[in-house]
Amino acid sequence: MGTFIPSTTSQREEMLAKVGVSSYKGLYEAVPEEILLKREDLNVPDGISEMETAARMEEMAAENTVFRTILRGAGSYDHYIPAIVRRVTSKEQFLTAYTPYQAEISQGVLQSIFEYQTEICALTGMDVANASVYDGASAMAEAAAMCRDRHHPRTIVAATVKPDNLETVRTYLWGAGASLDIAPEKDGRIDVDALAGMLGKDVGAVIFEQPNRWGLLEDAEAIIEAVHKAGAKAVMSVNPISLGLLKTPGELGADIAVGEGQPLGMPMGFGGPYLGFMAAKQQMFRKLPGRIVGETTDDAGRRAYVLTLQAREQHIRREKASSNICSNEALCAMTAAAYLAAVGPDGIRKAAELCLNKAHYLAAELAKIGYTPVYQGPFFHEFVTTCPVDADKALAKLAEHGILGGLSTERGILWCCTEKVTKAQIDEAVRILREEAQA
Amino acid sequence: MKLIFERSVPGRSTTIFPECDVPETTLPESFLRAEKPDLPEVSETDLSRHYQELSKQVYGVCDGFYPLGSCTMKYNPSVNEEAAALPGFAGLHPLQPVETAQGALRVLRLSEQYLCELTGMDEMTFEPAAGAHGEFTGLLLIKKYHELRGDAARTKILVPDSAHGTNPASATMAGFEVVNIPSAPDGGVDLTALAEAAGPDTAGLMLTNPNTLGIFDRNILEITRIVHEAGGLCYYDGANLNAVVGNARPGDMGFDVVHLNMHKTFSTPHGGGGPGAGAVGAKGDMAKYLPGEHVVEKADGTLAFEKKEQSIGRIRSYYGNFLVQVKALAYILMLGGDGLRDASQNAVLNANYLRVLLAPYCKVAAEGICMHEFVLDLAEIKERTGISAMDIAKSMLDHGMHAPTMYFPLIVHEALMFEPTETESKETLDEAAAIIIELLKMADTDPEALHSAPCHTPISRPDEVKAARTPVLTWKRA
Amino acid sequence: MTFPKNLKYTETHEWVEEIGDGRVRVGITDYAQDQLGDLVYVTMPEEGDEVTEGQSFAEVESVKAVSEVNSPVTGTIAVVNEELAETPEAINDTPYEAWFVELSDVEMPDNLMDADEYQDFVEAEA
Repeated sequence: MGTFIPSTTSQREEMLAKVGVSSYKGLYEAVPEEILLKREDLNVPDGISEMETAARMEEMAAENTVFRTILRGAGSYDHYIPAIVRRVTSKEQFLTAYTPYQAEISQGVLQSIFEYQTEICALTGMDVANASVYDGASAMAEAAAMCRDRHHPRTIVAATVKPDNLETVRTYLWGAGASLDIAPEKDGRIDVDALAGMLGKDVGAVIFEQPNRWGLLEDAEAIIEAVHKAGAKAVMSVNPISLGLLKTPGELGADIAVGEGQPLGMPMGFGGPYLGFMAAKQQMFRKLPGRIVGETTDDAGRRAYVLTLQAREQHIRREKASSNICSNEALCAMTAAAYLAAVGPDGIRKAAELCLNKAHYLAAELAKIGYTPVYQGPFFHEFVTTCPVDADKALAKLAEHGILGGLSTERGILWCCTEKVTKAQIDEAVRILREEAQA
Repeated sequence: MKLIFERSVPGRSTTIFPECDVPETTLPESFLRAEKPDLPEVSETDLSRHYQELSKQVYGVCDGFYPLGSCTMKYNPSVNEEAAALPGFAGLHPLQPVETAQGALRVLRLSEQYLCELTGMDEMTFEPAAGAHGEFTGLLLIKKYHELRGDAARTKILVPDSAHGTNPASATMAGFEVVNIPSAPDGGVDLTALAEAAGPDTAGLMLTNPNTLGIFDRNILEITRIVHEAGGLCYYDGANLNAVVGNARPGDMGFDVVHLNMHKTFSTPHGGGGPGAGAVGAKGDMAKYLPGEHVVEKADGTLAFEKKEQSIGRIRSYYGNFLVQVKALAYILMLGGDGLRDASQNAVLNANYLRVLLAPYCKVAAEGICMHEFVLDLAEIKERTGISAMDIAKSMLDHGMHAPTMYFPLIVHEALMFEPTETESKETLDEAAAIIIELLKMADTDPEALHSAPCHTPISRPDEVKAARTPVLTWKRA
Repeated sequence: MTFPKNLKYTETHEWVEEIGDGRVRVGITDYAQDQLGDLVYVTMPEEGDEVTEGQSFAEVESVKAVSEVNSPVTGTIAVVNEELAETPEAINDTPYEAWFVELSDVEMPDNLMDADEYQDFVEAEA
């Protein structure tokens, strides 16, 4: 069996004797005999060496296809990860540290989160950010909770948010016994007039996505204006790379900005770990869930960082806490911070422009071969097209060539381009689709 | 230490992205931000040195003894990290066709198979991203169960007063009212109080076993029977599973739902606070309500995702923190049934050994053999010398150790909770005990030195009151 | 530790000051602030809220704890001391000047302690 126990057999015996028991069984004397397992009761094979473990894992990894060209997004995006980001965040100290409750020996983690909070605010145009939640979907659900109180029990979510996000918010609200209304869409975007009609004094949050699940840009200004007119809070879920270019939630007057941070240096990793970022206007900062790092000084007057405002959290407030979050995604937050520092203000804009340009080029080339856009209006790096042939067959053809095509949906194919996709790759994909259509 | 923003120089950058090779597009002005985001402008050298500096002011398991109670800070094997970094896992799009991700589904399938066997559950979900997220999920399963039976009266969750704060907080999030159950003098559940509280309004009980005093509740079968007889369900908080994994199963103890912390029992790293992974297992009918996608084996032997018809829905995107699960599976495969049993037995042995070394010098909150952790109660020392649990903990930092968990569980007022884990050697335990004993003696001989600790850490005690009264939560340009 | 004679006290360590017209001011005692330690935040009710004797109407936070502040009387929140919400340290510094709220339509209950009784009560508790 594999083991990471350093004690030798004779040391174990010595320790058992010191404790005053004759065998391991003596340590489990409080466990009722009828539920104490013997080895043969446990149907888990014996352990193996490290070398064999590595081989088993490689074998499983090899069963998967790693596509060399990825034209699919829908919530998980294949962005380039600068080499330095992986290098610095895989340091063993960062990897193996616990939550920085002991501030005296945790300044590195605390400062990295403080930097992350600052960068998220710079990116979103908001005033305050927390130290992260699990992912973009749970961030959205937590934002709904921030806005809900006894006077404002209702939550409205746009029909145009990604399905995983909507389903997650739905589950959280069901848990809390709170109601959910869906703001309808018109032509792939929120029907702002219909939304305005649904609003009322009892609404806490209105949640929408920019860009939305179809890649389209919502009329955020009109939405937020309508929401504020009704006295509700506007929660905007944003793609962080798009903010290299797009108007920020802060500029638009949103009350809370949330989003999926995966594009900021995290691999797609079959869905996780990802990063839920949350930022708010100053007047809402006490409602942010989870950990927050603040600056202070130590006994000697030196600048220091601590986990602060902890009396909001579950370990102090227990059943009265507004969120139960404990572990978050600290290392992913550090990754996002390192990513944003590595690319800088010009790099994030460049990444956003490349995404925009490549997606528009792909859209134009696809339109030429009969994959016409389903929706009009500005989009960022995702868009939906019709499919002139059987979508599954077309996508299978691309897959044969190592290309992960767009996602087949009930509205058509949802395509995506990140900065990683080259013109040659786009041309190749379009050529294959053209040949498939002609075959 | 400088902030990354203080290393920034306007115009400094590295060339990460290429020039655009396709025609350029512009969006209407009204959609564009007015100014570039105020991010740091640094060179790669700056970044490399910045994070190197930060890493020197962090204490990881790689730095030394980490007896943080209830956190299971065991060694995080390197082979796990290599497995998770394989492009065949890290490079997978979550929505790529399942035929092209059979290995990934196999990771989930095998994890489920082994973890169900280890916990006595029937099925498992890997969607929860952390322990608290798992608690919330498990409670929603309980909610769904009663809801589908049309039993709307079951609105209360019983939680012992020794529980982690996440338990009552999760119960509230799931729409339940929390009923606190007092602990018996030995730290176990007070059976009389439990029997009085359990009734037709009981949705379920949340329990950690061993509990937060490190005691295996010897009445466990009686406890779960009382709750079941009242019509409630039993939820097992897996935070302390490292004491019993492979030796006793929550399912056999009478639990219906469990959550596991991969970042505790199954050796995945804590990452300075996450990412973790909090799989939830369920028995019998309860498994019908699991969230998200579940891996099933089809007749032809291939694996596929299936959604449960009566699922509670989804609690995050995709399939949870998949790469963390890859690490946990590598650990399970490597240790195997025999190794996992051995690991928990030695976790218990190490805790007891350290307990026996320290017991002559400080009261232990619960008498007798402990499980994987134990709690020192410094109330008497505080009364006599003014030295608090905090003073001893901070002094340990000066001696190159991480502090134990302080002031938890709440039922012990001056608590220091030690969990050495199985991956520490006898030598480490002997050395640590010698230092801790020395510190406990100093409470009488040199209390001032303890009050002013730590002195050899990058900063001394921070002013937390100032941080909370005048919150400074972002860096601002002067 | 001081126990001003002009105030009435509760067993949960709040003080009440009658200011005429059926109005009172409420705060927490010197003993309470001492037990709680440095306070960092106060959660206040809204003006117009009805409060009931013995029920929580505000919360005080220290770095590591949250405690409820109970109303010694039944009445309506007439004025919230917004300034105090900004400077919670005033509760530690001058607890008997740091009133949380002014309540109107109040009838003083008989079960409140006077300064001497409260002093005895605190000494017995400590």
